[in-house]
Amino acid sequence: MTEAAIAVNELSVRFGLATAVDNVSFSVASGESFGLVGESGSGKTTVLRVLAGLIGHWTGRAQVGGHALGAKRPKALARVVQLVFQDPYASLHPLHTVDRVLSEVATIHGLANAQKRIVGTLQAVGLGPEFRFRFPHQLSGGQRQRVAIARALILEPSILLLDEPTSALDVSVQAEILNLLRRLRAERGLTLLLVSHNLAVVANLCDRVAVMRLGRLVEQADVERLRTSTPEHAYTRQLLAASRGYDRAAAEIEEQASPA
Amino acid sequence: MRAPTGTTWREYLTAATPTSRRHATVQRVYLAWVPFSRNPTAIVGLVIVALVVAVAMFAPWLASHSPIAQDLSYRLAPSTAAHWLGTDELGRDIYSRLVWGTRTVLRVIFLVAVITGPIGLIVGAAAGYVGGWWDAALMRITDIFLAFPRLILALALTSALGPGIDNAIIAIGLTGWPPLARLARAETLTIRSSDFIAAARVVGASASRIVFRHVMPLCMPSLIVRLTLDMAGVILIAAGLGFLGLGAQPPQPEWGAMIASGRKFVFDQWWIAAYPGIAICILSLGFNLFGDGLRDALDPKAST
Repeated sequence: MTEAAIAVNELSVRFGLATAVDNVSFSVASGESFGLVGESGSGKTTVLRVLAGLIGHWTGRAQVGGHALGAKRPKALARVVQLVFQDPYASLHPLHTVDRVLSEVATIHGLANAQKRIVGTLQAVGLGPEFRFRFPHQLSGGQRQRVAIARALILEPSILLLDEPTSALDVSVQAEILNLLRRLRAERGLTLLLVSHNLAVVANLCDRVAVMRLGRLVEQADVERLRTSTPEHAYTRQLLAASRGYDRAAAEIEEQASPA
Repeated sequence: MRAPTGTTWREYLTAATPTSRRHATVQRVYLAWVPFSRNPTAIVGLVIVALVVAVAMFAPWLASHSPIAQDLSYRLAPSTAAHWLGTDELGRDIYSRLVWGTRTVLRVIFLVAVITGPIGLIVGAAAGYVGGWWDAALMRITDIFLAFPRLILALALTSALGPGIDNAIIAIGLTGWPPLARLARAETLTIRSSDFIAAARVVGASASRIVFRHVMPLCMPSLIVRLTLDMAGVILIAAGLGFLGLGAQPPQPEWGAMIASGRKFVFDQWWIAAYPGIAICILSLGFNLFGDGLRDALDPKAST
Protein backbone atom coordinates (compact mmCIF):
# COMPACT_ATOMS: atom_id res chain seq x y z
CA MET A 1 0.00 0.00 0.00
CA THR A 2 1.27 3.47 -0.86
CA GLU A 3 1.60 6.17 1.74
CA ALA A 4 -1.77 7.25 3.14
CA ALA A 5 -3.09 10.56 1.74
CA ILE A 6 -5.44 10.92 4.68
CA ALA A 7 -4.95 9.26 8.05
CA VAL A 8 -7.34 9.87 10.93
CA ASN A 9 -6.68 8.40 14.36
CA GLU A 10 -9.10 8.39 17.27
CA LEU A 11 -10.71 11.64 16.11
CA SER A 12 -13.36 13.05 18.45
CA VAL A 13 -15.28 16.32 18.14
CA ARG A 14 -17.62 17.73 20.76
CA PHE A 15 -20.06 20.60 20.34
CA GLY A 16 -20.93 21.56 23.88
CA LEU A 17 -22.29 18.41 25.52
CA ALA A 18 -23.02 16.62 22.26
CA THR A 19 -20.40 14.33 20.79
CA ALA A 20 -20.55 14.74 17.02
CA VAL A 21 -17.65 12.44 16.19
CA ASP A 22 -16.62 9.69 18.58
CA ASN A 23 -13.22 8.02 18.29
CA VAL A 24 -13.14 7.64 14.51
CA SER A 25 -10.12 6.15 12.76
CA PHE A 26 -9.63 5.47 9.07
CA SER A 27 -7.10 6.03 6.36
CA VAL A 28 -7.30 6.72 2.64
CA ALA A 29 -4.50 5.66 0.32
CA SER A 30 -3.09 8.08 -2.21
CA GLY A 31 -5.18 8.03 -5.38
CA GLU A 32 -7.98 6.14 -3.69
CA SER A 33 -11.60 7.21 -3.71
CA PHE A 34 -13.14 6.76 -0.30
CA GLY A 35 -16.77 7.20 0.70
CA LEU A 36 -18.18 8.14 4.06
CA VAL A 37 -21.87 7.36 4.34
CA GLY A 38 -24.43 7.75 7.07
CA GLU A 39 -27.66 9.44 7.92
CA SER A 40 -28.02 13.13 8.79
CA GLY A 41 -26.31 13.89 12.08
CA SER A 42 -24.00 10.90 11.90
CA GLY A 43 -20.94 13.18 12.05
CA LYS A 44 -19.67 12.54 8.52
CA THR A 45 -19.65 16.20 7.49
CA THR A 46 -17.93 17.12 10.75
CA VAL A 47 -15.06 14.75 9.91
CA LEU A 48 -14.73 16.46 6.53
CA ARG A 49 -14.75 19.94 8.07
CA VAL A 50 -12.00 18.95 10.50
CA LEU A 51 -9.87 17.74 7.58
CA ALA A 52 -10.53 21.01 5.71
CA GLY A 53 -9.46 23.01 8.78
CA LEU A 54 -12.87 24.57 9.39
CA ILE A 55 -13.27 23.15 12.90
CA GLY A 56 -10.53 23.89 15.40
CA HIS A 57 -11.54 22.04 18.54
CA TRP A 58 -11.02 18.32 18.14
CA THR A 59 -8.95 15.61 19.78
CA GLY A 60 -7.00 12.76 18.29
CA ARG A 61 -4.55 12.76 15.40
CA ALA A 62 -5.16 13.62 11.77
CA GLN A 63 -2.77 13.83 8.88
CA VAL A 64 -3.55 15.08 5.38
CA GLY A 65 -1.14 14.76 2.47
CA GLY A 66 1.83 14.41 4.82
CA HIS A 67 0.86 17.46 6.94
CA ALA A 68 -0.22 16.83 10.53
CA LEU A 69 -3.28 18.95 11.29
CA GLY A 70 -2.99 21.32 14.23
CA ALA A 71 -5.15 24.01 15.77
CA LYS A 72 -4.03 26.51 13.12
CA ARG A 73 -4.18 25.81 9.43
CA PRO A 74 -1.12 26.83 7.42
CA LYS A 75 -1.86 28.52 4.11
CA ALA A 76 0.21 25.95 2.22
CA LEU A 77 -2.26 23.23 3.23
CA ALA A 78 -4.84 24.86 0.96
CA ARG A 79 -2.73 23.76 -2.01
CA VAL A 80 -2.82 20.15 -0.85
CA VAL A 81 -6.44 19.66 0.19
CA GLN A 82 -9.59 21.41 -0.99
CA LEU A 83 -13.27 21.10 -0.14
CA VAL A 84 -16.38 21.26 -2.32
CA PHE A 85 -19.48 22.21 -0.40
CA GLN A 86 -22.87 20.62 -0.47
CA ASP A 87 -25.03 23.56 -1.52
CA PRO A 88 -23.78 25.48 -4.56
CA TYR A 89 -26.44 28.12 -3.89
CA ALA A 90 -24.74 28.97 -0.58
CA SER A 91 -21.07 28.37 -1.31
CA LEU A 92 -20.55 31.17 -3.87
CA HIS A 93 -20.37 34.83 -2.80
CA PRO A 94 -23.45 36.51 -4.33
CA LEU A 95 -21.51 39.65 -5.33
CA HIS A 96 -18.46 37.94 -6.83
CA THR A 97 -18.26 36.99 -10.49
CA VAL A 98 -16.85 33.61 -11.47
CA ASP A 99 -13.73 35.46 -12.56
CA ARG A 100 -13.37 37.14 -9.20
CA VAL A 101 -13.86 33.87 -7.28
CA LEU A 102 -11.04 32.22 -9.21
CA SER A 103 -8.68 35.17 -9.49
CA GLU A 104 -8.91 35.77 -5.75
CA VAL A 105 -7.61 32.27 -5.06
CA ALA A 106 -4.80 32.93 -7.55
CA THR A 107 -3.96 36.22 -5.80
CA ILE A 108 -3.93 34.70 -2.32
CA HIS A 109 -1.42 32.06 -3.36
CA GLY A 110 0.49 34.22 -5.83
CA LEU A 111 -0.09 31.83 -8.72
CA ALA A 112 1.77 32.57 -11.92
CA ASN A 113 -0.21 32.82 -15.20
CA ALA A 114 -3.45 33.54 -13.34
CA GLN A 115 -5.36 34.40 -16.53
CA LYS A 116 -4.37 31.22 -18.30
CA ARG A 117 -5.11 29.13 -15.26
CA ILE A 118 -8.58 30.62 -14.82
CA VAL A 119 -9.55 29.86 -18.40
CA GLY A 120 -7.95 26.43 -18.22
CA THR A 121 -9.65 25.46 -14.97
CA LEU A 122 -13.04 26.62 -16.22
CA GLN A 123 -12.53 24.51 -19.31
CA ALA A 124 -11.56 21.51 -17.18
CA VAL A 125 -14.89 21.67 -15.33
CA GLY A 126 -16.81 22.07 -18.58
CA LEU A 127 -17.52 25.81 -18.50
CA GLY A 128 -16.76 27.91 -21.56
CA PRO A 129 -15.24 31.40 -21.45
CA GLU A 130 -18.73 32.94 -21.72
CA PHE A 131 -19.35 32.00 -18.06
CA ARG A 132 -16.30 33.82 -16.79
CA PHE A 133 -17.84 37.19 -15.97
CA ARG A 134 -21.20 35.97 -14.72
CA PHE A 135 -22.52 36.44 -11.23
CA PRO A 136 -23.83 33.36 -9.37
CA HIS A 137 -27.42 34.48 -9.95
CA GLN A 138 -26.79 34.12 -13.68
CA LEU A 139 -25.84 30.44 -13.30
CA SER A 140 -27.85 27.24 -12.83
CA GLY A 141 -27.29 24.92 -9.87
CA GLY A 142 -25.11 22.55 -11.86
CA GLN A 143 -23.06 25.42 -13.29
CA ARG A 144 -22.59 26.83 -9.81
CA GLN A 145 -21.32 23.50 -8.55
CA ARG A 146 -18.88 23.40 -11.48
CA VAL A 147 -17.61 26.84 -10.43
CA ALA A 148 -17.20 25.57 -6.86
CA ILE A 149 -15.23 22.59 -8.18
CA ALA A 150 -13.12 24.95 -10.31
CA ARG A 151 -12.38 27.05 -7.22
CA ALA A 152 -11.15 23.92 -5.46
CA LEU A 153 -9.10 22.72 -8.44
CA ILE A 154 -7.35 25.94 -9.45
CA LEU A 155 -4.81 25.32 -6.67
CA GLU A 156 -4.19 21.84 -8.12
CA PRO A 157 -4.61 20.00 -4.82
CA SER A 158 -3.88 16.29 -4.63
CA ILE A 159 -6.79 15.63 -2.26
CA LEU A 160 -10.37 16.70 -2.84
CA LEU A 161 -12.96 16.54 -0.07
CA LEU A 162 -16.54 16.41 -1.32
CA ASP A 163 -19.42 17.20 1.01
CA GLU A 164 -22.52 15.72 -0.65
CA PRO A 165 -21.57 17.41 -3.92
CA THR A 166 -24.73 16.34 -5.71
CA SER A 167 -27.48 16.28 -3.10
CA ALA A 168 -28.65 19.85 -3.80
CA LEU A 169 -28.95 19.18 -7.54
CA ASP A 170 -31.65 17.49 -9.56
CA VAL A 171 -31.10 13.97 -10.83
CA SER A 172 -29.88 14.58 -14.38
CA VAL A 173 -27.42 17.23 -13.19
CA GLN A 174 -26.25 14.87 -10.42
CA ALA A 175 -25.08 12.41 -13.06
CA GLU A 176 -23.23 15.15 -14.96
CA ILE A 177 -21.38 16.27 -11.84
CA LEU A 178 -20.52 12.68 -10.89
CA ASN A 179 -19.15 12.06 -14.39
CA LEU A 180 -17.14 15.27 -14.16
CA LEU A 181 -15.67 14.23 -10.81
CA ARG A 182 -14.80 10.77 -12.13
CA ARG A 183 -13.08 12.29 -15.16
CA LEU A 184 -11.16 14.85 -13.09
CA ARG A 185 -10.05 12.13 -10.71
CA ALA A 186 -8.69 10.06 -13.59
CA GLU A 187 -7.01 13.05 -15.29
CA ARG A 188 -5.38 14.48 -12.19
CA GLY A 189 -4.88 11.41 -10.03
CA LEU A 190 -6.91 12.95 -7.25
CA THR A 191 -7.54 11.33 -3.91
CA LEU A 192 -11.25 11.73 -3.18
CA LEU A 193 -13.03 11.66 0.15
CA LEU A 194 -16.73 11.76 -0.53
CA VAL A 195 -19.38 12.24 2.11
CA SER A 196 -22.93 11.27 1.24
CA HIS A 197 -26.10 9.85 2.65
CA ASN A 198 -26.76 8.25 -0.71
CA LEU A 199 -25.16 4.83 -1.06
CA ALA A 200 -25.80 4.83 -4.82
CA VAL A 201 -23.71 7.99 -5.31
CA VAL A 202 -20.91 6.55 -3.18
CA ALA A 203 -20.98 3.22 -5.00
CA ASN A 204 -20.80 5.12 -8.29
CA LEU A 205 -17.64 7.05 -7.41
CA CYS A 206 -15.80 5.20 -4.64
CA ASP A 207 -13.63 2.11 -4.21
CA ARG A 208 -14.08 1.79 -0.49
CA VAL A 209 -16.81 2.85 1.94
CA ALA A 210 -16.99 3.57 5.64
CA VAL A 211 -20.36 3.71 7.34
CA MET A 212 -20.91 6.16 10.17
CA ARG A 213 -23.73 6.22 12.66
CA LEU A 214 -24.21 8.48 15.70
CA GLY A 215 -20.62 9.70 15.46
CA ARG A 216 -19.05 6.23 15.28
CA LEU A 217 -17.59 4.31 12.40
CA VAL A 218 -19.58 1.09 12.29
CA GLU A 219 -18.17 -0.66 9.24
CA GLN A 220 -15.64 -0.35 6.43
CA ALA A 221 -15.98 -2.34 3.26
CA ASP A 222 -15.07 -2.45 -0.42
CA VAL A 223 -17.81 -1.27 -2.71
CA GLU A 224 -17.56 -4.54 -4.63
CA ARG A 225 -18.25 -6.52 -1.47
CA LEU A 226 -21.25 -4.35 -0.67
CA ARG A 227 -22.64 -5.19 -4.07
CA THR A 228 -22.07 -8.90 -3.96
CA SER A 229 -22.50 -10.02 -0.38
CA THR A 230 -24.37 -9.03 2.73
CA PRO A 231 -22.65 -6.44 4.94
CA GLU A 232 -21.77 -7.45 8.47
CA HIS A 233 -23.48 -4.62 10.31
CA ALA A 234 -27.26 -4.41 10.41
CA TYR A 235 -27.18 -0.65 9.90
CA THR A 236 -25.21 -1.03 6.68
CA ARG A 237 -27.79 -3.54 5.48
CA GLN A 238 -30.47 -1.01 6.20
CA LEU A 239 -28.67 1.75 4.26
CA LEU A 240 -28.24 -0.65 1.39
CA ALA A 241 -31.93 -1.50 1.46
CA ALA A 242 -32.83 2.17 1.70
CA SER A 243 -30.74 3.01 -1.37
CA ARG A 244 -33.02 0.69 -3.37
CA GLY A 245 -36.01 2.79 -2.36
CA TYR A 246 -38.31 2.65 0.62
CA ASP A 247 -39.95 -0.59 1.63
CA ARG A 248 -41.22 -2.20 4.77
CA ALA A 249 -38.23 -4.51 4.99
CA ALA A 250 -35.86 -1.56 5.45
CA ALA A 251 -37.89 -0.27 8.35
CA GLU A 252 -37.82 -3.72 9.94
CA ILE A 253 -34.03 -3.89 9.71
CA GLU A 254 -34.00 -0.60 11.58
CA GLU A 255 -35.73 -2.22 14.52
CA GLN A 256 -32.98 -4.81 14.71
CA ALA A 257 -30.27 -2.17 14.33
CA SER A 258 -31.47 0.11 17.11
CA PRO A 259 -30.79 -1.41 20.47
CA ALA A 260 -33.58 0.48 22.24
CA MET B 1 -18.08 56.09 -22.12
CA ARG B 2 -19.71 54.50 -25.16
CA ALA B 3 -21.33 51.17 -25.77
CA PRO B 4 -19.09 48.85 -27.77
CA THR B 5 -19.65 49.16 -31.49
CA GLY B 6 -22.33 47.01 -33.01
CA THR B 7 -24.49 46.87 -29.88
CA THR B 8 -26.98 49.24 -28.36
CA TRP B 9 -26.80 50.31 -24.75
CA ARG B 10 -29.80 48.16 -23.96
CA GLU B 11 -28.15 45.03 -25.38
CA TYR B 12 -24.93 45.86 -23.54
CA LEU B 13 -26.76 46.25 -20.22
CA THR B 14 -28.91 43.14 -20.48
CA ALA B 15 -26.50 40.75 -22.23
CA ALA B 16 -26.55 37.29 -20.63
CA THR B 17 -22.81 36.90 -20.95
CA PRO B 18 -20.76 39.85 -19.68
CA THR B 19 -17.46 40.08 -21.50
CA SER B 20 -15.28 41.85 -18.95
CA ARG B 21 -15.08 42.73 -15.28
CA ARG B 22 -16.32 46.26 -16.01
CA HIS B 23 -19.21 44.97 -18.06
CA ALA B 24 -20.33 42.79 -15.14
CA THR B 25 -20.17 45.74 -12.74
CA VAL B 26 -22.10 48.05 -15.06
CA GLN B 27 -24.80 45.38 -15.38
CA ARG B 28 -25.01 45.06 -11.61
CA VAL B 29 -25.62 48.81 -11.25
CA TYR B 30 -28.22 48.70 -14.02
CA LEU B 31 -29.99 45.86 -12.25
CA ALA B 32 -30.36 48.00 -9.12
CA TRP B 33 -31.38 51.04 -11.16
CA VAL B 34 -34.33 49.36 -12.88
CA PRO B 35 -36.53 48.85 -9.77
CA PHE B 36 -35.40 52.22 -8.41
CA SER B 37 -36.44 54.09 -11.55
CA ARG B 38 -39.88 52.49 -11.45
CA ASN B 39 -40.52 53.79 -7.95
CA PRO B 40 -42.03 57.31 -8.26
CA THR B 41 -41.40 58.43 -4.67
CA ALA B 42 -37.78 57.31 -4.91
CA ILE B 43 -37.37 59.43 -8.04
CA VAL B 44 -38.92 62.41 -6.26
CA GLY B 45 -36.36 61.95 -3.47
CA LEU B 46 -33.51 61.65 -5.97
CA VAL B 47 -34.67 64.78 -7.80
CA ILE B 48 -34.87 66.79 -4.57
CA VAL B 49 -31.38 65.73 -3.48
CA ALA B 50 -29.98 66.32 -6.98
CA LEU B 51 -31.60 69.77 -7.15
CA VAL B 52 -30.11 70.78 -3.81
CA VAL B 53 -26.68 69.58 -4.95
CA ALA B 54 -27.09 71.60 -8.17
CA VAL B 55 -28.15 74.69 -6.21
CA ALA B 56 -25.07 74.35 -4.00
CA MET B 57 -22.81 74.01 -7.05
CA PHE B 58 -24.26 77.03 -8.83
CA ALA B 59 -24.92 79.18 -5.75
CA PRO B 60 -22.93 82.21 -6.96
CA TRP B 61 -25.07 82.40 -10.11
CA LEU B 62 -28.39 81.52 -8.51
CA ALA B 63 -28.18 83.92 -5.59
CA SER B 64 -29.51 87.42 -6.27
CA HIS B 65 -27.56 89.08 -3.47
CA SER B 66 -24.54 88.43 -1.31
CA PRO B 67 -25.64 86.22 1.60
CA ILE B 68 -23.86 88.43 4.14
CA ALA B 69 -24.42 91.93 2.71
CA GLN B 70 -26.46 93.96 5.21
CA ASP B 71 -28.94 96.70 4.35
CA LEU B 72 -30.15 98.14 7.64
CA SER B 73 -32.51 100.55 5.92
CA TYR B 74 -34.39 97.61 4.44
CA ARG B 75 -34.87 95.23 7.39
CA LEU B 76 -37.61 92.62 7.87
CA ALA B 77 -39.13 93.23 4.48
CA PRO B 78 -41.75 90.88 2.98
CA SER B 79 -41.10 89.35 -0.43
CA THR B 80 -40.71 91.86 -3.23
CA ALA B 81 -39.32 91.79 -6.74
CA ALA B 82 -35.89 92.80 -5.38
CA HIS B 83 -35.91 90.38 -2.44
CA TRP B 84 -37.90 87.30 -3.52
CA LEU B 85 -38.29 85.86 -0.04
CA GLY B 86 -37.90 89.11 1.90
CA THR B 87 -35.07 90.19 4.19
CA ASP B 88 -34.05 89.32 7.75
CA GLU B 89 -33.40 91.53 10.76
CA LEU B 90 -30.13 92.82 9.30
CA GLY B 91 -31.58 93.44 5.84
CA ARG B 92 -29.90 90.38 4.30
CA ASP B 93 -31.66 88.68 1.39
CA ILE B 94 -33.29 85.47 2.70
CA TYR B 95 -33.39 83.77 -0.73
CA SER B 96 -29.65 84.24 -1.22
CA ARG B 97 -28.94 83.00 2.30
CA LEU B 98 -31.04 79.89 1.61
CA VAL B 99 -29.16 79.26 -1.64
CA TRP B 100 -25.74 79.66 -0.01
CA GLY B 101 -26.96 77.66 3.00
CA THR B 102 -27.23 74.54 0.79
CA ARG B 103 -23.43 74.48 0.73
CA THR B 104 -23.29 74.42 4.53
CA VAL B 105 -25.91 71.72 4.90
CA LEU B 106 -24.42 69.50 2.18
CA ARG B 107 -20.95 69.88 3.65
CA VAL B 108 -22.31 68.73 7.01
CA ILE B 109 -24.07 65.76 5.43
CA PHE B 110 -21.11 64.70 3.32
CA LEU B 111 -18.56 64.92 6.12
CA VAL B 112 -20.84 63.22 8.64
CA ALA B 113 -21.37 60.35 6.18
CA VAL B 114 -17.62 60.10 5.59
CA ILE B 115 -16.98 59.92 9.35
CA THR B 116 -19.82 57.66 10.49
CA GLY B 117 -19.96 55.21 7.56
CA PRO B 118 -16.41 53.80 7.72
CA ILE B 119 -16.23 53.83 11.54
CA GLY B 120 -19.55 52.01 11.85
CA LEU B 121 -18.70 49.52 9.12
CA ILE B 122 -15.23 48.66 10.40
CA VAL B 123 -16.22 48.45 14.07
CA GLY B 124 -19.33 46.40 13.33
CA ALA B 125 -17.77 44.01 10.82
CA ALA B 126 -14.66 43.44 12.93
CA ALA B 127 -16.69 42.82 16.09
CA GLY B 128 -19.06 40.48 14.29
CA TYR B 129 -16.43 38.48 12.43
CA VAL B 130 -13.71 38.17 15.07
CA GLY B 131 -16.18 37.69 17.92
CA GLY B 132 -15.26 36.78 21.48
CA TRP B 133 -13.36 39.33 23.52
CA TRP B 134 -13.11 41.88 20.70
CA ASP B 135 -16.81 41.73 20.07
CA ALA B 136 -17.59 42.29 23.75
CA ALA B 137 -15.20 45.24 24.06
CA LEU B 138 -16.30 47.00 20.88
CA MET B 139 -19.99 46.49 21.56
CA ARG B 140 -19.72 47.84 25.13
CA ILE B 141 -18.11 51.02 23.75
CA THR B 142 -20.96 51.21 21.25
CA ASP B 143 -23.46 50.76 24.09
CA ILE B 144 -21.92 53.67 25.97
CA PHE B 145 -22.45 55.95 22.98
CA LEU B 146 -25.97 54.61 22.44
CA ALA B 147 -26.88 55.22 26.09
CA PHE B 148 -27.10 59.00 25.53
CA PRO B 149 -29.71 60.72 23.36
CA ARG B 150 -27.95 61.75 20.19
CA LEU B 151 -28.64 65.50 20.35
CA ILE B 152 -27.58 65.68 24.01
CA LEU B 153 -24.28 63.93 23.26
CA ALA B 154 -23.65 66.17 20.23
CA LEU B 155 -24.45 69.19 22.40
CA ALA B 156 -22.00 68.09 25.08
CA LEU B 157 -19.28 67.46 22.50
CA THR B 158 -19.73 70.79 20.70
CA SER B 159 -19.75 72.75 23.91
CA ALA B 160 -16.52 70.95 24.88
CA LEU B 161 -14.91 71.45 21.45
CA GLY B 162 -16.19 75.02 21.09
CA PRO B 163 -18.97 76.29 18.84
CA GLY B 164 -18.45 76.25 15.06
CA ILE B 165 -19.61 74.24 12.07
CA ASP B 166 -16.52 72.01 11.94
CA ASN B 167 -16.82 71.05 15.57
CA ALA B 168 -20.52 70.42 15.04
CA ILE B 169 -19.65 68.04 12.19
CA ILE B 170 -17.15 66.17 14.38
CA ALA B 171 -19.70 65.96 17.19
CA ILE B 172 -22.48 64.68 14.94
CA GLY B 173 -20.09 62.22 13.31
CA LEU B 174 -18.87 60.82 16.61
CA THR B 175 -22.41 60.34 17.86
CA GLY B 176 -23.69 58.86 14.61
CA TRP B 177 -21.66 55.66 14.12
CA PRO B 178 -22.97 53.38 16.91
CA PRO B 179 -26.29 52.46 15.24
CA LEU B 180 -24.38 51.74 12.01
CA ALA B 181 -21.92 49.54 13.90
CA ARG B 182 -24.82 47.61 15.41
CA LEU B 183 -26.33 47.12 11.97
CA ALA B 184 -23.02 46.05 10.41
CA ARG B 185 -22.42 43.59 13.26
CA ALA B 186 -25.85 42.02 12.89
CA GLU B 187 -25.32 41.62 9.13
CA THR B 188 -21.85 40.19 9.70
CA LEU B 189 -23.13 37.59 12.16
CA THR B 190 -25.48 36.16 9.54
CA ILE B 191 -22.84 36.35 6.78
CA ARG B 192 -19.95 34.79 8.73
CA SER B 193 -21.65 31.43 9.18
CA SER B 194 -22.43 31.06 5.47
CA ASP B 195 -20.75 28.51 3.24
CA PHE B 196 -19.08 31.04 0.97
CA ILE B 197 -17.14 32.45 3.94
CA ALA B 198 -16.12 28.90 4.92
CA ALA B 199 -15.09 28.37 1.30
CA ALA B 200 -12.92 31.50 1.43
CA ARG B 201 -11.24 30.14 4.57
CA VAL B 202 -10.60 26.79 2.90
CA VAL B 203 -8.79 28.44 -0.03
CA GLY B 204 -6.59 30.24 2.50
CA ALA B 205 -8.03 33.77 2.65
CA SER B 206 -6.87 35.75 5.68
CA ALA B 207 -9.33 37.16 8.22
CA SER B 208 -8.74 40.73 7.05
CA ARG B 209 -9.32 39.74 3.42
CA ILE B 210 -12.56 38.02 4.37
CA VAL B 211 -13.78 41.02 6.41
CA PHE B 212 -12.87 43.64 3.79
CA ARG B 213 -13.56 41.76 0.56
CA HIS B 214 -16.29 39.30 1.46
CA VAL B 215 -18.22 40.58 4.47
CA MET B 216 -18.19 44.35 3.99
CA PRO B 217 -19.54 44.45 0.42
CA LEU B 218 -22.57 42.52 1.65
CA CYS B 219 -23.07 44.94 4.57
CA MET B 220 -22.89 47.94 2.23
CA PRO B 221 -26.46 48.04 0.84
CA SER B 222 -28.18 48.11 4.21
CA LEU B 223 -25.57 50.51 5.54
CA ILE B 224 -26.00 52.92 2.63
CA VAL B 225 -29.76 52.81 3.08
CA ARG B 226 -29.47 53.44 6.81
CA LEU B 227 -26.98 56.26 6.23
CA THR B 228 -29.28 57.94 3.69
CA LEU B 229 -32.25 57.69 6.02
CA ASP B 230 -30.06 59.04 8.85
CA MET B 231 -29.25 62.13 6.78
CA ALA B 232 -32.67 63.62 7.54
CA GLY B 233 -31.81 63.33 11.24
CA VAL B 234 -28.34 64.79 10.65
CA ILE B 235 -29.87 67.83 8.94
CA LEU B 236 -32.17 68.31 11.92
CA ILE B 237 -29.38 67.93 14.49
CA ALA B 238 -27.14 70.32 12.55
CA ALA B 239 -30.04 72.77 12.38
CA GLY B 240 -30.70 72.22 16.09
CA LEU B 241 -27.09 72.95 16.98
CA GLY B 242 -27.23 76.03 14.72
CA PHE B 243 -30.45 77.07 16.41
CA LEU B 244 -28.75 76.82 19.82
CA GLY B 245 -25.79 78.84 18.56
CA LEU B 246 -23.36 75.90 18.68
CA GLY B 247 -23.24 75.19 14.96
CA ALA B 248 -22.51 77.63 12.17
CA GLN B 249 -21.44 81.03 13.47
CA PRO B 250 -22.72 84.35 12.07
CA PRO B 251 -22.59 85.60 9.44
CA GLN B 252 -22.25 82.14 7.77
CA PRO B 253 -25.64 81.27 6.25
CA GLU B 254 -27.04 78.13 7.87
CA TRP B 255 -30.68 77.11 7.88
CA GLY B 256 -30.93 76.26 11.60
CA ALA B 257 -29.29 79.50 12.64
CA MET B 258 -31.62 81.40 10.29
CA ILE B 259 -34.65 79.92 12.06
CA ALA B 260 -33.11 80.85 15.39
CA SER B 261 -32.68 84.47 14.39
CA GLY B 262 -36.21 84.56 12.93
CA ARG B 263 -37.94 83.26 16.05
CA LYS B 264 -37.95 86.71 17.63
CA PHE B 265 -40.15 87.97 14.81
CA VAL B 266 -42.19 84.87 14.19
CA PHE B 267 -45.56 86.54 14.85
CA ASP B 268 -44.98 89.69 12.79
CA GLN B 269 -42.49 88.59 10.14
CA TRP B 270 -43.18 84.86 9.96
CA TRP B 271 -41.35 84.30 6.67
CA ILE B 272 -37.93 84.82 8.21
CA ALA B 273 -38.23 81.56 10.13
CA ALA B 274 -40.68 79.83 7.79
CA TYR B 275 -38.59 79.71 4.59
CA PRO B 276 -35.52 78.02 6.10
CA GLY B 277 -37.90 75.70 7.95
CA ILE B 278 -39.55 74.70 4.68
CA ALA B 279 -36.12 74.17 3.11
CA ILE B 280 -35.05 71.84 5.95
CA CYS B 281 -38.34 70.00 5.69
CA ILE B 282 -38.05 69.47 1.91
CA LEU B 283 -34.43 68.30 2.03
CA SER B 284 -35.11 65.89 4.92
CA LEU B 285 -38.08 64.54 3.02
CA GLY B 286 -35.92 64.19 -0.09
CA PHE B 287 -33.33 62.10 1.76
CA ASN B 288 -36.04 59.96 3.36
CA LEU B 289 -37.73 59.18 0.04
CA PHE B 290 -34.36 58.55 -1.62
CA GLY B 291 -33.35 56.19 1.19
CA ASP B 292 -36.63 54.31 1.01
CA GLY B 293 -36.18 53.84 -2.73
CA LEU B 294 -32.59 52.64 -2.23
CA ARG B 295 -33.79 50.13 0.34
CA ASP B 296 -36.24 48.63 -2.12
CA ALA B 297 -33.67 48.59 -4.92
CA LEU B 298 -30.66 47.28 -2.96
CA ASP B 299 -32.35 44.75 -0.70
CA PRO B 300 -30.25 41.63 -1.37
CA LYS B 301 -33.03 39.34 -0.15
CA ALA B 302 -35.55 40.67 -2.64
CA SER B 303 -33.44 40.24 -5.78
CA THR B 304 -31.45 37.18 -6.68
